[in-house]
Amino acid sequence: MESNSINLDHRIIYSIIEPDARVLDLGCGEGELLYPLVRDKRIRAQGIELNDKAIQECVKKGLSVFQDDIENSLREYPDNSFDYVILNQSMQEVKKVDCVIQETLRIGNKVIVGFPNFAYIKSRLMLFFKGKSPITGSLPYLWFDTPNVRFLSITDFKNFCVEKNIRIVEAHYLGEKELVHLWPNLLAMNAIFVLTKRKNQAT
Amino acid sequence: MIIMKKTKNEKINNESIGVVETQYYTFAEPGREYKFESGDKLGPITLAYETYGKLNKDKSNAILALHALSGDAHAAGIHRGQDDPGWWDNMIGPGKAFDTSRYFVICSNVVGGCKGSTGPSSLNPATGKPYALDFPFITVADMVHAQRHLIDFLGIDKLLCVAGASVGGMQVLQWVASYPERVRSAIPIATALKHSPQQIAFNEVVRQSIMSDPAWREGNYYEYGQPEKGLSVARMIGHITFMSDQSMEEKFSRRLKNDKFSFGFDADFEVEGYLRYRGANFVKRFDANSYLYITKAIDYFDLSGGKLISHGKNIDTRFLIISFKSDWLYPSHQSQEIVRALKRRHVDATYCELTSSYGHDAFLIEVDEQTTLIKHFLDKTFNGYLVTGNYGI
Repeated sequence: MESNSINLDHRIIYSIIEPDARVLDLGCGEGELLYPLVRDKRIRAQGIELNDKAIQECVKKGLSVFQDDIENSLREYPDNSFDYVILNQSMQEVKKVDCVIQETLRIGNKVIVGFPNFAYIKSRLMLFFKGKSPITGSLPYLWFDTPNVRFLSITDFKNFCVEKNIRIVEAHYLGEKELVHLWPNLLAMNAIFVLTKRKNQAT
Repeated sequence: MIIMKKTKNEKINNESIGVVETQYYTFAEPGREYKFESGDKLGPITLAYETYGKLNKDKSNAILALHALSGDAHAAGIHRGQDDPGWWDNMIGPGKAFDTSRYFVICSNVVGGCKGSTGPSSLNPATGKPYALDFPFITVADMVHAQRHLIDFLGIDKLLCVAGASVGGMQVLQWVASYPERVRSAIPIATALKHSPQQIAFNEVVRQSIMSDPAWREGNYYEYGQPEKGLSVARMIGHITFMSDQSMEEKFSRRLKNDKFSFGFDADFEVEGYLRYRGANFVKRFDANSYLYITKAIDYFDLSGGKLISHGKNIDTRFLIISFKSDWLYPSHQSQEIVRALKRRHVDATYCELTSSYGHDAFLIEVDEQTTLIKHFLDKTFNGYLVTGNYGI
């Protein structure tokens, strides 16, 4: 893969994570994100992935992966087991989002969440003018064929964090090729948030 | 008749190690008898073992392969004048999962076995007769402690890997529990952290079928011959548990041996014929008392509840855990219990449930995917992050 075609979201997450960090990637796929981090930043990486072909690819890259679904995979980890827990492009496929986010905040000092923005302008236009379920670069699936079970906007997620008393440390809004700084809930296709527990929430 | 050793990819002959010989190592000589977990002492103890490949200069490329219930030290290659390759020949050899052009692979018969290692059928030097039931009861830990003597003798301080399936997998886990500092990586396959009541129940039926054969004679049958009826039924039970509903359907369906029912108790169905054949064959190659001892050792096995890694200890052993979807004897949830124990202790590990219809036998048959996982896992363990390839960013 050429480096310039690597997804913008991967480059942003890559830049967030410090060398030697302990990282858990939920829904790690073929390790496209973890592998460069291990190679360049010597992170201690663990992936969770359901697909067996993807797991074989991870092992070929020398990565450690557990075959499991995200919701079942977190319970056994002691508190603060990781510096970062990554939930990139997989949160919208999880049913018990609230539980999963709380668990990731328990086992990770920081949680990196990346998700497609349902309120992206192209989605809005498709819904409004064509009256059809949106299909965009970040939401590429037909309604009957999508792995996604949760559809949310950037505003939805921010409200969720306020309600759940979760602190947003960093926010990155992604357009099709570059970062978006203006009206993210309208113009961003994807968002990446770095979350932590609020201090008074720490147990 | 069905040949069990047949594998999906028929690469056996062109990549085989070739002719190998079993070797023997004896320890626990008089005055230094080995004390079993039961408290009983015995010596001398001989272990039969084979090695494949070459030990490198710094002795860092040694892999210990651990056999299952009825296995032996003959894991790969062939013995002179014989055609049968070792039990894991499709996985051990040049270019295979355990690549003997890079690694030094050791396999030994367990203590208590009957394939060259000291067990109930061995002669008691004090009486000149087989030990029979005077042989001390064994545990999986005893198997591992005995192997440790062999590894010491071979001058290996730290094993690159311990690997095995089923009871072999339990020995892998026991190696980590007993000697974590001597194991760089562990590959437990189709195994469990503890034997479940269902598994104990099957073993008890196995034992009862041997012990209820009058020819067993309270274990003292060596002058008269094996308790053939009991031992063959015991093995038939085993074979049912090694297969899956689906693999039995594919292998036998309801096919008849002859075209019509006999209306008698002959073997009408192919599956009956297969089990009888397997049972009858087993009697020729395995000692009934060893079967009793080893099944009991398996039932005693329990490393659950934090016993896998002692409290307060950090281990740097890496794990690759493999289970098979259709294996109902050692189902995946038992492998996942191992995974959970490792997560609690932040152990670097990979777990994969492979798709297979072969049931517990899959570890002997599903070569391709196991090979991919094991080969790369060992490569990473041996070389660290020297994985080549441009994967971006």
